[in-house]
Amino acid sequence: MQYEAVIGLEIHAQLLTETKIFCGCSTKFGSDPNTQTCPVCIGMPGVLPVMNRKAIEYVVRTGLSTNCEIPLLSRFARKNYFYPDLPKGYQISQFEMPLCGEGFVDIIVEGDHRKIGLTRIHLEEDAGKNIHAEHGNESFVDLNRAGVPLMEIVSEPDIRTSKEAVEFVKKLRAIVRYIGVCDGNMDQGSLRCDANVSVRPVGEKELGTKAEIKNMNSFRFIEKALDYEIKRQIKALRDGERIIQETRLWNTDKGITESMRSKEEAHDYRYFPDPDLMPIELEQSWIDGVRGGIVELPDTKRERFISDYNLPEQDADLLTSEQSMADWFEQAVDLGGDSRSVSNWIKGEMSRLLNDDNKLIEDCTITPGLLVGMLSLIDKGTISGKIAKTVFEKMYRTGKEAAVIVEEKGLVQMSDESGIEAIVDDILSKSPGEIERFKGGDAKLMGFFVGQVMKETKGKANPKIVNELLRKKLK
Amino acid sequence: MELYRLGIDEARTALDKGEISPVDLTKAVLDRIEAVDEKVRSYVTVAGERALRQAADAEILLKEGKKQTLLGIPLAIKDNICTKGVKTTCSSKILENFVPPYESTVTKRLNDQGYILTGKTNLDEFAMGSSTENSAFGLTKNPWDFERIPGGSSGGSAAAVAADECMAALGSDTGGSIRQPAAFCGVVGLKPTYGRVPRYGLVAFASSLDQIGPLTKNVKDSAVLMNIISGHDIYDSTSADVPVPDFTSLLGQDIKGMKIGVPAEYFIEGVDSEVQASVKEAIQKMESLGAVPVEISLPHTEYATATYYILATSEASSNLARYDGVKYGLRVEGDDLIDMYMKTREAGFGAEVKRRIILGTYSLSSGYYDAYYKKAQQARTLIVQDFEKAFESVDVIVTPTTPTPAFRAGEKTDDPLQMYLSDIFTISVNLAGAPAISVPCGYTSNNLPVGLQIIGKHFDEASVLKTAYAFEQATEWHKRKPEL
Repeated sequence: MQYEAVIGLEIHAQLLTETKIFCGCSTKFGSDPNTQTCPVCIGMPGVLPVMNRKAIEYVVRTGLSTNCEIPLLSRFARKNYFYPDLPKGYQISQFEMPLCGEGFVDIIVEGDHRKIGLTRIHLEEDAGKNIHAEHGNESFVDLNRAGVPLMEIVSEPDIRTSKEAVEFVKKLRAIVRYIGVCDGNMDQGSLRCDANVSVRPVGEKELGTKAEIKNMNSFRFIEKALDYEIKRQIKALRDGERIIQETRLWNTDKGITESMRSKEEAHDYRYFPDPDLMPIELEQSWIDGVRGGIVELPDTKRERFISDYNLPEQDADLLTSEQSMADWFEQAVDLGGDSRSVSNWIKGEMSRLLNDDNKLIEDCTITPGLLVGMLSLIDKGTISGKIAKTVFEKMYRTGKEAAVIVEEKGLVQMSDESGIEAIVDDILSKSPGEIERFKGGDAKLMGFFVGQVMKETKGKANPKIVNELLRKKLK
Repeated sequence: MELYRLGIDEARTALDKGEISPVDLTKAVLDRIEAVDEKVRSYVTVAGERALRQAADAEILLKEGKKQTLLGIPLAIKDNICTKGVKTTCSSKILENFVPPYESTVTKRLNDQGYILTGKTNLDEFAMGSSTENSAFGLTKNPWDFERIPGGSSGGSAAAVAADECMAALGSDTGGSIRQPAAFCGVVGLKPTYGRVPRYGLVAFASSLDQIGPLTKNVKDSAVLMNIISGHDIYDSTSADVPVPDFTSLLGQDIKGMKIGVPAEYFIEGVDSEVQASVKEAIQKMESLGAVPVEISLPHTEYATATYYILATSEASSNLARYDGVKYGLRVEGDDLIDMYMKTREAGFGAEVKRRIILGTYSLSSGYYDAYYKKAQQARTLIVQDFEKAFESVDVIVTPTTPTPAFRAGEKTDDPLQMYLSDIFTISVNLAGAPAISVPCGYTSNNLPVGLQIIGKHFDEASVLKTAYAFEQATEWHKRKPEL
């Protein structure tokens, strides 16, 4: 029997507000434990939450960017459970009336377009962090993160493969970064992803029993964890076992998912409307204002790049995956760079160098102007494409203009025919044996002669002229 | 003159004229506490030294000509309202040594007017109760009869005012916790409209019902305190951003032609005959002042107690989850995390608090939510509508504050339902969110005070206070004092 997987994702995205959701404490990451706390976010007796308006706006902005319905009335609810990192003993979240209703995002997987439905997007507060001592039994609680606004995006079970799941998360990450509501940083946990996974025989309409997979903090782990889990469930069914509804953790070291708790032990969260917060009543004009402020989104930009800049789809995909990269590209083109060449340089050398240094394009020393300057040197024949790679890396390291680097290093291409001819003649006079063999039919030796000339000129000889001269003289 | 007998308004006049000094006044009140509190036990914490320091400061400021409504006036605060640097226990073992690092909005507003904190008054643990017998720190006595309870949960505040252990006090009222003890102790107690007074710093029992209000020796003092504590607070989203009138300005206006609603459902069998008689006499008195009694109906009254005990306990079960031994308050070590939670809460909470947490947890549980919590919300809406409809034809509503006068200590402790029924006349008002006052309107043959409840429209405390003041000034009841 053939099985298919049914996957729904829950994405938690920390919002980029300056302050926490219900108090004025900073949301900055990485400070000393419990230095960004106040009576409100540590749940002192008698304190009350006050809603951060920016957080509401960010969630609505996300909803509008993902085709969600935005109801005019929304409410906050308490999710009750005990845990040391949850200072009030309940999390303020949303239950029956989330800020955003149904929506969707489009993804492309191996050339196929897929529409993935969103069930809802709601706003809630993050919990703190439990820290367990390396030695001994002690545990500590850091509440700096408690009360950081968190947006939960819930997808429909529309995803069928781990690749689709990854593309979906990538797309959402690109969107939240474009619209400036979340930094999308998966290492630091500002974007987290849980998956509900079940399998069923192909053609079956009923859903199988699902497992919830947590702790997948990179695209690679999402793909690996889901692939593992799908295989595990299919094998279990084939072996005649029953799938248990449970929460499973991805174990990176072992490369497997492991059972954390079963449904039987699961909490009854006793949701009820939070009496400390008034219902959120939005005005249509305000929603329209938020909509009006949304930047061009990745999908629209991608289409425009294909049609306006005549780029291949893959190039457009890459360039629009990050707003900063798309902006960089467009600046270079505006300065006169050829769109294909600019794209090729970004895809190739630039990406390689940035990856090696783990840097983002916005931190790159090469500005669009520097690249365009170098491209014009290639066009004019001042440097060859090969030399350009060396120049590019020098620009990357020093931030100097290409012309300056070429000047300093003496990298100007040698196009003076008589000068090159003298060198060619010299090489040929030293290689009577090779000439003999070449004329005898060993065509590969052409490469040897070119190589010798290049070596002699330190790579600066114009390759076109070298080839022409050699061909003439070896007739 | 016995300085401790003074109320706020009288003390202000005497202080401003230089007839008395803040230090003398504060000493007089502290001496009074020293003399009688061993018997009455109104206070959980007496902040004597702090009060004297404040008084000395006030004395200087007063001489410098500083004008503040409460400058140099000693007030008591219920021990579930956070006072920075002064222990706030909620009369619970779980917060026995809890010293708030922040100030509640109401006490901040009192501070801004120069008040002197005498100390923190006893209550039923976490304000859950009607007799103050649920305190972990001892029984408060009714100053009129030490065999009897002062009411609750603001029993300490009411007793302290009645026994002249402060000029006035703040309490909190979730289902009658200001008005019922005010009635039992023969003082004035006002529960403002929900949202009128900020709750920031009031340790939550039932967030959608809790409201802070004054307990005072006369109606005018309640108006004075309301002027100070009312108004929107950026730290409380449920506090209403509506204008605050000068509540003292309507005092003294006559009540001629005012329509006084008398709900049939509040004059029923089971109400003590002396209480009934006192309240009826009070209505006649108001009629003689020109008011027009109108018979009205609040048909869903009978559902109020059940509705209240579902909603209040549901909210409480969540509000009290933070007392888990992790961050502050009591911790009893256990074998593991769950064991620590259980041992801490087992040792830290009293029986009534546990009962209510269990009831509320049950009402919110999956499978029961619709039958209990949701149903109760619907019933609450009907009760709100009862009042809206009644107020279409009347200006205020009058009822007995309580069905009986103060009962004996221990009389109802074994029967929670009987205890809950002592609030039947006050609970609906919290569910409706309306303002209501209790003023003394008579004494039983045993010399126990009887309270008259005057209920107003939302944010119309001014009419409530005006009516109460007119009644008070036409009677002598508020002048009686218990023999101590």
